[in-house]
Amino acid sequence: MKTYAEINEKIKKGTAVVLTAEEVSELSKSLTPKEIAQKVDVVTTATFGAMCSSGAFLNFGHATPPIRMEKIELNGVRVSGGLAAVDTYVGATDCDPAVPAYGGAHIIEDLVNGKDVVLEAWGKGTDCYPRKHIKTVINKESINEAILYNPRNCYQNYNVATNTTDQIKYTYMGTLLPKLRNASYSSAGELSPLLNDPECRTIGLGTHIFLCGTDGYVTWNGTQFNTSKPVNDYGIPIGNARTIAVIGDLKQMSSRYLRGAYIEKYGVTMYVGIGIPIPVLDEDLAHRVSIRNEQIETNIVDYGTGGQLLGRTNYAALHSGSIEINGHKVRTAPLSSLARAREIARLLKEWIGKGDFLLTEPVRPMPASASLKSLEELPVSHKF
Amino acid sequence: MIKKVVLSFPVDATDRSLTYDLVKIYDIRINILKAEIQAGKSGNLLVELEADEERMQQGIAYLEECGVTVSPVSSKVSYDESLCIDCGNCVSACFSHALTIGEPDWKLHFNPEKCIACKLCLKSCPLKLFRIEFAE
Repeated sequence: MKTYAEINEKIKKGTAVVLTAEEVSELSKSLTPKEIAQKVDVVTTATFGAMCSSGAFLNFGHATPPIRMEKIELNGVRVSGGLAAVDTYVGATDCDPAVPAYGGAHIIEDLVNGKDVVLEAWGKGTDCYPRKHIKTVINKESINEAILYNPRNCYQNYNVATNTTDQIKYTYMGTLLPKLRNASYSSAGELSPLLNDPECRTIGLGTHIFLCGTDGYVTWNGTQFNTSKPVNDYGIPIGNARTIAVIGDLKQMSSRYLRGAYIEKYGVTMYVGIGIPIPVLDEDLAHRVSIRNEQIETNIVDYGTGGQLLGRTNYAALHSGSIEINGHKVRTAPLSSLARAREIARLLKEWIGKGDFLLTEPVRPMPASASLKSLEELPVSHKF
Repeated sequence: MIKKVVLSFPVDATDRSLTYDLVKIYDIRINILKAEIQAGKSGNLLVELEADEERMQQGIAYLEECGVTVSPVSSKVSYDESLCIDCGNCVSACFSHALTIGEPDWKLHFNPEKCIACKLCLKSCPLKLFRIEFAE
């Protein structure tokens, strides 16, 4: 048994043993969990994938005379006007329906890159905020705060998508060719953060993480947090289960790890890079971080017919380039970048190794039990 | 030998049966992969030509005499490598297997020889990094 304090002492002294999740999975072929627990202090996990439920809080500062911004546009994209006078939240998927390929995520990336963004805002004019309109240019240096806050990131496992129909389908799981010509998946597998600590023993409110090139924190369980998915023999939930909400200083981020994106005929989304260090506190965690691609299973879902379950596969098979579905050999390709996830895991390992990044013990654990509700259509009778 | 080329037809060549001549006179097998051409207008034809080297050269020379620009297709599709994040979206859509990703580096690799210029990569790249000159 090790404590966070003991591991942090080692990190400060530069004596902590830090491995990436892929390195420890390899090591687990020759060492037992007990030996790994003794030998390894921290395991770095990472992912770089499309995470739609992301966005940024901005505070523009007050103009003279001041305006209570009630309708706000950034580069022509309508963003929230529902936060006080000069605050907004730019949702990654905000966009003008007439220009569907450009949206909030691209504005956030522009801000990260230090580019100028056109701000136009309207208010009704009040005694204390007399102004009714303003049009100006902002960038990350000119505004007070720019805080990335993503309510649902880092999904623990996800479906494999394919298409049995005879028509091409453009989905959030990419371009799905007709008649099982391809299958797409979106997880870093054994490198993925929430698959290395599947019950979130060390990931909770306050966990110090790598977020888009700088440091950030886990602030809460992510929305749609779900502990009720079936679990396989290796403790891995099958399908999209747990999620995290994260926060960090957008001004310090790098577009190498944060990118605006457009999924054809679907919409705008944002590629987000997250790295999470898992402290190897005990044998159980050593066992968890040793998880290998062949042990991480997921469902194959037909996105052509609206969600028919076609079978189950694992990430070793997905990484091999083809899987078998209904007797057909189907080509596989990822949607999230394993190359860049590896880069993040290595970078975080380097930060910890140099003593630049300490671990934090969660101040509140994730919910032990949570399931998902559906939205029901009820008769609307009341007036408002 | 097999050659994949884009034939760019000028306005006055499109009413002539050039492809027929290639088959009949030069014994070149033609597989038309994509055609965007209208009589009376300039247009492009993406084709695979199969013949021995001598006939291939004669056939191409004949086309060029008729004012047709013959350009190898490999130079036509490109992507901005410096901005690529190696996500794999384009690989998923690329049924000709010109775009691949996998062990050991999981970086995107492009083999222009296999590209049939179907343009699905242009649509599937979430960062819109692909460019194609043909028929644009």
